[in-house]
Amino acid sequence: MAEELLRLERLRVVFPFPRGELAGVRDVGLVLQGGEAVGVVGESGCGKSLTALAILGLVPPPGRIAAGEVRLGGRVVNRLSPAELRSIRGREVGMVFQEPMTSLNPVFTVGYQLAEAITAHRRLSAAEVRRRCIELLGEVGVPAPEARLRAYPGQLSGGLRQRVMIAISIACGPRLLVADEPTTALDVTIQAQIMALLARLRRERGMALLLISHDLGLVAQNVDRVLVMYAGYVVEESSTHALFDSPLHPYTRGLMESIPGVKGGGHEHRLRAIPGIVPHPSQVPEGCPFRERCSEAVGECALAVPALEEKRHQHRARCIRVVTNV
Amino acid sequence: MFDLRAVSRHYPVSEGGLARRALLRAVESVDLAIHRGETLAVVGESGCGKSTLARLLLRLEPPTQGIIRYEGEDLWQSDRAAVRRFRRQVQMVFQDPYASLNPRMRVSSIVGEGMAIHRLATGVARRDRVEELLRQVGLSPEVATGYPHQFSGGQRQRIGIARALAVDPTVLVADEPVSALDVSVQAQILNLLQDLKRDRGLTYVFISHDLRVVEYMADRVAVMYLGRVVELSPAAALYEEPLHPYARALLAAVPAADPARRSVSRPLEGDVPSPLDPPSGCAFHPRCSEMMPRCRREQPELTHRARDRSVACHLYDLCGA
Repeated sequence: MAEELLRLERLRVVFPFPRGELAGVRDVGLVLQGGEAVGVVGESGCGKSLTALAILGLVPPPGRIAAGEVRLGGRVVNRLSPAELRSIRGREVGMVFQEPMTSLNPVFTVGYQLAEAITAHRRLSAAEVRRRCIELLGEVGVPAPEARLRAYPGQLSGGLRQRVMIAISIACGPRLLVADEPTTALDVTIQAQIMALLARLRRERGMALLLISHDLGLVAQNVDRVLVMYAGYVVEESSTHALFDSPLHPYTRGLMESIPGVKGGGHEHRLRAIPGIVPHPSQVPEGCPFRERCSEAVGECALAVPALEEKRHQHRARCIRVVTNV
Repeated sequence: MFDLRAVSRHYPVSEGGLARRALLRAVESVDLAIHRGETLAVVGESGCGKSTLARLLLRLEPPTQGIIRYEGEDLWQSDRAAVRRFRRQVQMVFQDPYASLNPRMRVSSIVGEGMAIHRLATGVARRDRVEELLRQVGLSPEVATGYPHQFSGGQRQRIGIARALAVDPTVLVADEPVSALDVSVQAQILNLLQDLKRDRGLTYVFISHDLRVVEYMADRVAVMYLGRVVELSPAAALYEEPLHPYARALLAAVPAADPARRSVSRPLEGDVPSPLDPPSGCAFHPRCSEMMPRCRREQPELTHRARDRSVACHLYDLCGA
């Protein structure tokens, strides 16, 4: 087995709230090996983006990691100083965000921002920096890279901007790339290009990928293992194949049945919508966080937060209604 | 219901210097008929002209060229009474339930406004009707006294649908009605739209970029690329076997939620060209894997090729079909 790259343990991220604290991430555990591709899926407010930010030590204040650990390459990220954190970002782990227009600076050229990333951890001559910039833009499939160095982000299409963002994030050769909804703002044919690019980079560089997405299809196509999140908890975790073959948690099943074309196409059948809405972090019920929307909930579900247990071989779910059969 | 003949909508835009004027061809020579009781979906990527088409259908702006007929009458030649009738019969549901409801109005006024404008009901009758509508869209009647900000995205979209239904329309034009919603809530709204259509015999024009949602909703699909309809087919046939190379690439790009069916096809290369400067001939030719020399020169017309199916592609000229 490859070495362990990233380990999250009982991660809890909170924000101050008029009445006490609000937890955006309640209990997230995750182990990621070198070269592995893991997906995190869930709807808005489930805590998936906050989890990604916590990995890079980027939880926006006044939010903070209240409990648990983020281990990256043997170091505990949430105990590092800002200077130590900077030495990790980009070199150990790169990050790609949803909207490249807001993560690139509109008043600096592509070349400037790429050079900044390249020289963040190394001193290089100007000529060498330029050569690396062109090489990186070529690697991420930007046509005519020399000409693009002088372009401003606003002059590029959404797809090209995201390629530039990816070039920046891999500039220092990280072993892990965290991609938070990297294609959500893009058209579907451009999405396919970006995902193909990420797959190629992963192959060529032996890079691990943590893909955060709300799109079950994207996850099914691109990762080996999936974590499903709901209301700050990991509610299910398994190989991608097992998750789509036999989802265990009622939320995962509901999610799959509410997407047209996932379970049967056409409009002959009704979509099985999950009743209610994703609860606000201040309104997550006691006990199982999903029980108020769950068709299988029983009285016992209100008593305690279920543990994330191995229900099948290497297939874990946080639900007392799922029979264990390992 | 609707009949569009060679409809174009161009916008003059200034580009760079003062003298440089360009023409943005948002919608270009579209022929389209929309039949009573059907759901016609319009799909395509950003910039393909689908939202402009929706605005044209709603008579929010006139076509630059061509004629749009509604129930046989030219939308822009009809008298005021006919326009008023049109305004009542054709309603719209917007994408963003946060931006499309006036935050200073109570839900009762939002839903009841159309009835007031069209003098359909007043006083107690209007109030009863608002409550009835809210029930029909799955909300409790108490919602009427609230303001939009008190509700979730899904609830707001239900309010928007109730507003559209209030004047008893025959056509709903829905522009990305579920794009802003979480998937579990999205399914609730799609089910609601299907139920309302069945119960009221509505005609839907469903604008969307989401091909999975379109497969679920549509009877027929118009695929648009750079302002033109490139394929018009029954939904089942399109999803079974798309004819236009762009439609094929578009469908292949949708990631299947099934790890056993990993996509092997190469993604479409390049970006959608600027509608300010569309490629010559077939606008899709620079990205097309089946490109032939004539595609660079000749614009293919949308031509009837198979049962109920029309395609704008030179490939099918060869077969002589």
